[in-house]
Amino acid sequence: MSDQDTILNDVTQSEYKYGFVSAIESETIPKGLNEGVIRLISAKKNEPDWMLEFRLTAYRNWLKMKMPEWAHLKIPEINYQDIIYYAAPKQQAKYESLDQVDPELLETFNKLGIPLDEQKMLSGVAVDAVMDSVSVKTTFRDTLAEKGIIFCSFSEAVQEHPDLVREYMGSVVPPTDNYFAALNSAVFSDGSFCYIPKGVRCPMELSTYFRINAANTGQFERTLLVADDDSYVSYLEGCTAPMRDENQLHAAIVEIVAKTNAQVKYSTVQNWYPGDKNGKGGIYNFVTKRGLCQGKGSKISWSQVETGSAITWKYPSTILLGDNSVSEFYSVAVTNHHQQADTGTKMIHIGKNTKSTIVSKGISAGQSNNSYRGLVKISKRAEGARNFSQCDSLLLGDKCGAHTFPYIECENNSAILEHEATTSKIGEDQIFYCNQRGISTEDAIGMIVNGYAKQVLNTLPMEFAVEAQKLLQISLEGSVG
Amino acid sequence: MLHIKNLKAGVDGKEILKGINLEVKPGEVHAIMGPNGSGKSTLSAVLAGNGRFTVTDGEATFNGKNLLEMAPEDRAREGLFLSFQYPVEIPGVSMVNFMKTAVNEHRKYQGLEPMSAGDFLKMLRDKKQVVEIDDRLTSRSVNEGFSGGEKKKNEIFQMAMLEPKLSILDETDSGLDIDALRIVANGVNKLKNANNATIVITHYQRLLDYIVPDVVHILYNGLIVKTGGKELALELEAKGYDWIKEAVKV
Repeated sequence: MSDQDTILNDVTQSEYKYGFVSAIESETIPKGLNEGVIRLISAKKNEPDWMLEFRLTAYRNWLKMKMPEWAHLKIPEINYQDIIYYAAPKQQAKYESLDQVDPELLETFNKLGIPLDEQKMLSGVAVDAVMDSVSVKTTFRDTLAEKGIIFCSFSEAVQEHPDLVREYMGSVVPPTDNYFAALNSAVFSDGSFCYIPKGVRCPMELSTYFRINAANTGQFERTLLVADDDSYVSYLEGCTAPMRDENQLHAAIVEIVAKTNAQVKYSTVQNWYPGDKNGKGGIYNFVTKRGLCQGKGSKISWSQVETGSAITWKYPSTILLGDNSVSEFYSVAVTNHHQQADTGTKMIHIGKNTKSTIVSKGISAGQSNNSYRGLVKISKRAEGARNFSQCDSLLLGDKCGAHTFPYIECENNSAILEHEATTSKIGEDQIFYCNQRGISTEDAIGMIVNGYAKQVLNTLPMEFAVEAQKLLQISLEGSVG
Repeated sequence: MLHIKNLKAGVDGKEILKGINLEVKPGEVHAIMGPNGSGKSTLSAVLAGNGRFTVTDGEATFNGKNLLEMAPEDRAREGLFLSFQYPVEIPGVSMVNFMKTAVNEHRKYQGLEPMSAGDFLKMLRDKKQVVEIDDRLTSRSVNEGFSGGEKKKNEIFQMAMLEPKLSILDETDSGLDIDALRIVANGVNKLKNANNATIVITHYQRLLDYIVPDVVHILYNGLIVKTGGKELALELEAKGYDWIKEAVKV
């Protein structure tokens, strides 16, 4: 190994900084999965019968399904009976004020940079904080309620807005959609619900922050976001987990419905614990995210910065049903050490003159594997559909892999599709060039990577773009060798 | 300023520099000439700290500090500048951002505050004139899509921005047409003062018509085999390198 390699290695060995465990008393149910467990979760949440039925149907379907094996991933066998499906910080049923919240819990979110005290918060961002299986606190609810916006935990929505939940839950991602979606539909514990009424422009960023704390548990949350006619919302999710030697499962569902001329911007900064540098531990992140551009002229934009998880299996997708609807997918996926990611998007064009844009930037370092998998489908009636796809891969070092699996299915001759792809490598000569101008190796890698990812980072809400930039740099510390 | 004593270095176990001795004082311009493969570029790379090369023996001090023990970025911050023979492209990183980071790293090393955006832009404007560099070039990514001549101008522009104590120009004349050569050489001359020094590495006398050296060294087979005044370059131009090869054999 040359000196340069050694330097590169050193710089990339930084630690995951959200790996702490909070000493919070939690209530868990026994390990294992069966109908009894599902009934227990449902009972704990005091759910109506239709909800329990939804879960049970999903579970019975899941039993008949097989784990998908088409992804370019090596997934160790998962023992679904060895997982705890419900863990909640011990707490009162509902907090009237912050004084009643366990101080340790508040401290946890403070440490994560998510203060739940509205006075101390980033102005302009409302947060729903979810730890393990339950939502801890949703901020700025009153401010939002004045405009008729509903932003609350999924469990509350089931109790307080059952009609809305019943109408839209499962309408974009049916419980039988895929293996992990079925599992989630059976055992999901909480998540966020958001409804923006007609003509309302949501005055602040909405955000859900997911935190896994308890050991041996899986996290299964769902997010349901409905934007009614002519509304606008920008939504961000963030996530972290403690460093543990065992792998933990996270199987979530996100459903978005955008009605006529509604616009939804959904941004993710995913920073689940990626496992240590030898590949031990880390989160398995198997997530189904899908948006439906239901109305004419609606728009859904996905922006994601993926730096965490031991294994990522995730394809935020859009069904462009309404005529003239638009969707965008901007993604930066970073893998380091032994991480594996198979991620991308699906753009299903059904309506006329629908447009989609895909910009995917993969960055692989260490011994990791990073795959882009994307489908652009133009259906028969999608007259005048248009897609532009760009998939770039950046390699750091020579032990990592980058793969691209683009699929195109076109059934309409009037469609215009473009696809561009590049693969490049950060060279030692680039780093030396920066060094010679007085820039350290670490800063040089950060600068080069951020330059490469700029196009995507620019699509994030400003408050988070800076955070994402730093995160990129941290994730890649110790990555080249 | 720069003292090199018996410097030996190589790559992959192959010795290229076989005991270089060199002394450069403030205000001086040294030219190092020599045929292909004599070790000219290796010398500049070793001085700048390129990790591909291993130093096996000898000493090099710069401003009284042990150069060989310093990280490449610290050598740069101490005031050692290398104008690359083949400047590297860095896509996505703007020249402005790159230079701002570099200038502020130098300032931090000197215990100074980062430069304000206003001051920096003013400096950028002033220094661009030194090498008659196009506004277009500074708004683009580092060296990306630059022509050979533009890349070399850009090196001298960076040299102007960083105000080094010692500049090593590694075959800065290669690939330049006569106009670009004149512009680059003028830039170097404008930056010259009593406190800084320049080492010009070149094959040809041509560049030395513009940048007049105080001392000329001939590097051959990893050793400095002859040192003289500027007339040595002319002699070399007239007689070719074979003359040196013959002289060394004898």
